[in-house]
Amino acid sequence: MAHEIEPIKDPGLPAHVHRRADSDPIAAQRAERQVAILFGLSAVGTLLLIYSYIFIKSNTSIFIPIIGNTGAQQLGLGMGMAIALFCIGAGAIHWAKTLMPDEEVIAQRHEFRSDDEDRSEFVKTVKAGASAAGLGRRPLIKRSLGVALGLSGLTPLLLLRDLGPLPKDNLQKTSWKPGTRLVTDPGDRPIRPEDLEVGAVAQTLPQLAPGEERTLNNIGKDAVLLIRLRPEEFNLTPERLSWTHEGIIAFSKICSHMGCAVALYEQQTKHLLCPCHQSTFDVTRAAKVIFGPAARPLPQLNITVDSEGFLVARTPFTEPIGPSFWERSS
Amino acid sequence: MTARERIAGNVAGYVDDRTGAAKWMKKNLTKVFPDHWSFLLGEICLYSFIILLLSGTFLTFWFDPSQREVIYDGGYQPLSGLKMSAAYASTLHISFEVRGGLLMRQIHHWAALIFMVGIVVHLLRVFFTGAFRKPREFNWIIGVGLLTLGIVEGFLGYSLPDDLLSGTGIRIAEAIIQAIPLVGSYIAFFAFGGTFPGESFIPRIYTVHVLLLPGIFLALITVHLMLVWYQKHTQFPGPGRTEKNVVGYPLMPVYMAKAGGFFFIVFGVTAFLGAVASINPIWLYGPYTPGQISAGSQPDWYMGWLDGLVRMSPPLETHAFGHTISWNILLPGLILPGLMFTGLALYPFIESWATGDKREHHLLDRPRNTPNRTAIGVMALTFTMVSLLNGGNDIIAQQFHLTINQMMWFSRIGVVVLPPIAFVITKRLCLSLQRADRDLVLHGRETGRLVRMPSGEFVEVHEPISAEKAWTLTSHEQIAPLELPLEDGAGVRNPGVLKNKLRNRISRATAVAVPKATETDRRELDGHH
Repeated sequence: MAHEIEPIKDPGLPAHVHRRADSDPIAAQRAERQVAILFGLSAVGTLLLIYSYIFIKSNTSIFIPIIGNTGAQQLGLGMGMAIALFCIGAGAIHWAKTLMPDEEVIAQRHEFRSDDEDRSEFVKTVKAGASAAGLGRRPLIKRSLGVALGLSGLTPLLLLRDLGPLPKDNLQKTSWKPGTRLVTDPGDRPIRPEDLEVGAVAQTLPQLAPGEERTLNNIGKDAVLLIRLRPEEFNLTPERLSWTHEGIIAFSKICSHMGCAVALYEQQTKHLLCPCHQSTFDVTRAAKVIFGPAARPLPQLNITVDSEGFLVARTPFTEPIGPSFWERSS
Repeated sequence: MTARERIAGNVAGYVDDRTGAAKWMKKNLTKVFPDHWSFLLGEICLYSFIILLLSGTFLTFWFDPSQREVIYDGGYQPLSGLKMSAAYASTLHISFEVRGGLLMRQIHHWAALIFMVGIVVHLLRVFFTGAFRKPREFNWIIGVGLLTLGIVEGFLGYSLPDDLLSGTGIRIAEAIIQAIPLVGSYIAFFAFGGTFPGESFIPRIYTVHVLLLPGIFLALITVHLMLVWYQKHTQFPGPGRTEKNVVGYPLMPVYMAKAGGFFFIVFGVTAFLGAVASINPIWLYGPYTPGQISAGSQPDWYMGWLDGLVRMSPPLETHAFGHTISWNILLPGLILPGLMFTGLALYPFIESWATGDKREHHLLDRPRNTPNRTAIGVMALTFTMVSLLNGGNDIIAQQFHLTINQMMWFSRIGVVVLPPIAFVITKRLCLSLQRADRDLVLHGRETGRLVRMPSGEFVEVHEPISAEKAWTLTSHEQIAPLELPLEDGAGVRNPGVLKNKLRNRISRATAVAVPKATETDRRELDGHH
C-alpha cells in the first residue's frame, strides 16, 4: 500500500512564440508607423494646450454633451494635456510590445541570509566595537549618557508648549451673559417674539457690545437656534418650560456629539437633525436624543424678553456646549 | 565609433571614474521583472504620487495658507463682498483667475483619490496572494504605514481650502482630539492655538501637508522600492517558475519603456479626469463658519468608512468623578481604527506564527489555495464596506427612498453579523474552487460535445488540459497542520500547553484543503477507463 505519490511535473518554460513583427519586415514597419502616429498625436495635444492657454478667454463657456456647460479654456488645457501625455505613454508601450524583444528571461534568486561565518564575524565585530568603547566596563558613562539623552528628548516637547494656551475654562464658557440680546445671523438685528411665527426657526448670536468684533471662535461656541412652537406642544419639565418664552425655545446650535452645526429642522416632526452623523433631537422634549450617536441633548438657553421687548438670555448656558471633553463634569 | 558614441562614452567614463557605477549598472540594467497586470497597481501609486508632487508644487505658488479674514473681490460674482479666510479666497483665485489653476486643482484631487485607490487595491493584491510572507514583512509594514499616512495626508489636503465642507471635517477632527481622556483638551488647544477654529490650524497643517508628510512619503517610498529591487519581485506560479528563479522581461529596454510609458498613461488619464470631471467645487460650498453646514456632508472615500463607524456608534458616554469619556467618539474614531491598523501591520507575523511556516516565499499563492487567509481578508473587507456604506447613509437613504433609521440599523447589525458570514462563505467558495481545479486536472476540460455510446449512454467529451495548465493548478504546496506537543516526553503537561493547543487549532483550520490532483491520481483514473 505504501506507494510513492507522484506529483504532476513542471513542463518548464513554454517555447517562445514569435510575433509577426519579428519576422515580417512589413508588419514591423507598420508597428513603427503606429508608434510614430501616437507620438505625433501627443504633439497635437501640446499644441491644443498652447492654443487654449493663449487664445481662449477664461470666461468662455461651451456646451459639451454629458458634461454640460463647462469652461472652454479649462477643457482645452486639460484635454490638450491629457492627449499629450497619454499618447506618449501609449506610443512607448506599443513600441515595447511590438518591436522590443519579448522573450522571457530567467534570472536566479539567492537566499538573503548571510552564511554562518559572516554572521558570527558580524557578532564578533559588534562585540569588539562595544568592548573597545568600554560601555560595559564604564557604567558611569552609560548611565550619565542615558540621563542626558533622555533629558534632551524633552526639549522638543518643551519648545512646542507655546503652540497654544491652556484650555482653562474656555471650553466651559460662552459669550452669553444674563441680559445678552439674541440677534439674527446674518444681520445682527435684535428679535422680538412677534418676529417669529409658529413653526419658524432663526439662527442667532449674542449681540456685540459697540466696538466688539465677532470671531469664528465666538460663533463656534455662541450659535443658538430659536424655534417657535405652540406652547402646548412642549413636553418639558416645569423648570425647562420656564426657560422658554411664548413658545420660543433656544438651543445651542453646536452638536453635543462632534460640534457640527445642527441645522436641519423638520417642521412636521419637530426634530432637529445634525447632517454630519444624523443625531436627531426632539425639540418638544428639550432636544432629547432620539436617534444617532449623540449621547446628550443640545444645551438649552434660558430666554426671556427685556424691557424693550427684545429676546434676551436670562442666564448663560448652564452646561458646556459642543462635544464632550475629559474635564466636562456632566 | 560615431561622434555620438564617443561623447556618450566620455560622459559615462567620467562618471564611472568617480563612482564605479558601471559595475552596478551593468548588472542592474538587465534586471528581470515578472509581468502581470496586478503588478501595475503599485506603479499607479508611485506615479500618482509624482503627479501629486508636481501639481501640488504648482498650487503652492498661489495658495495662501492663512486664516486671516479678507473681503472677497475676485472674479466669482456670487461670493463677492463676503468675509472669508485668505486660504479660501486664494483657492477661489486659483480656480477662476489662474490659467490652468482649476485644472491643476482637479488633477491634484483626482490624483489623491487614485493614489489612495491604488494603495488599497495594491494592498489587497499583496494580501490575497501572500506576497507579504518572508522575506517581505518589512515592506508590508512600510506599506501599511504609507496607507495610514495617505489617509492623514489626504484629509489635511482637502481641509486646506477652508470651505464650509472641509471646515466641518476639521471640526470633527477637533472633537476626536478633544475626546481623548486626560490630555484631549490640551492637545486640541495646542493644535489649534486655542479655541476652535482659531487662526493657526490651516497654516500649521499646510506645513505638515506640503513638507513634513511628503518628506516622510518620499523616504518610505524609496525604501519600499529599494526592497522590491533588492529582494526581486514575486511571481505567480506557472511552468518554469520556481522559488529559486524569477522569469520576466529585462529592465532595459522593455521594462523601462513599459513602466515609463505607463507613467504617462496614468498622468494622461488623471489630466483627462481633471479636464472633464469636476471635483470638490469649493465655490459652491462657501467659506467656513462654525454656525453653518450643508446637508449631505461627506468626507473623501478613504475617510468614509471611519465616518461611517462614527455614525453607527451607539450613544455611549461615561460620566464619573467629574469627568467624561465619550465612547461614541473614542470607540469608532480611535480605538477600532487603531486595532484594525495594528492587526493589518502584524498580519504576516500572526500568520507565520499560526502556520509555523518560517521559510522564504517568492511564488505567489492563488487566493483559493489559502482559504483561511482569503476568508479573513474578505471578512475585513466586508466590515470596512458596511462602514463605508454607512458613511454615505444619508445619501443612500435619499437615493433609495429608505429612512436614515433603516440604514443605520442595517449597518449597526450588519457590521457585526455580515463579516463572519462572509468568512464562512468565502472559505467554502475557496474549497469549491479547489475541487473544481482538481476535477479539471483529473478529468480535463468540458468540451460541450455529447457523444452517444454504443450502450445508448450519453457522455460529454472531456479534453485533457495542457501540461502547463495542469502544473499551474497543482504546483502549490499543501502544508500539514502543526502538531505541537501537549505533553513532554515523560507524559507531563507542558507549561505552554494552552498556547500549543491554540496554535494546533488555528493551524488545523488553515490546513483545510481539497487534496490537489497528482500524477498518481491521474494514472489510477486512466486505469479505470
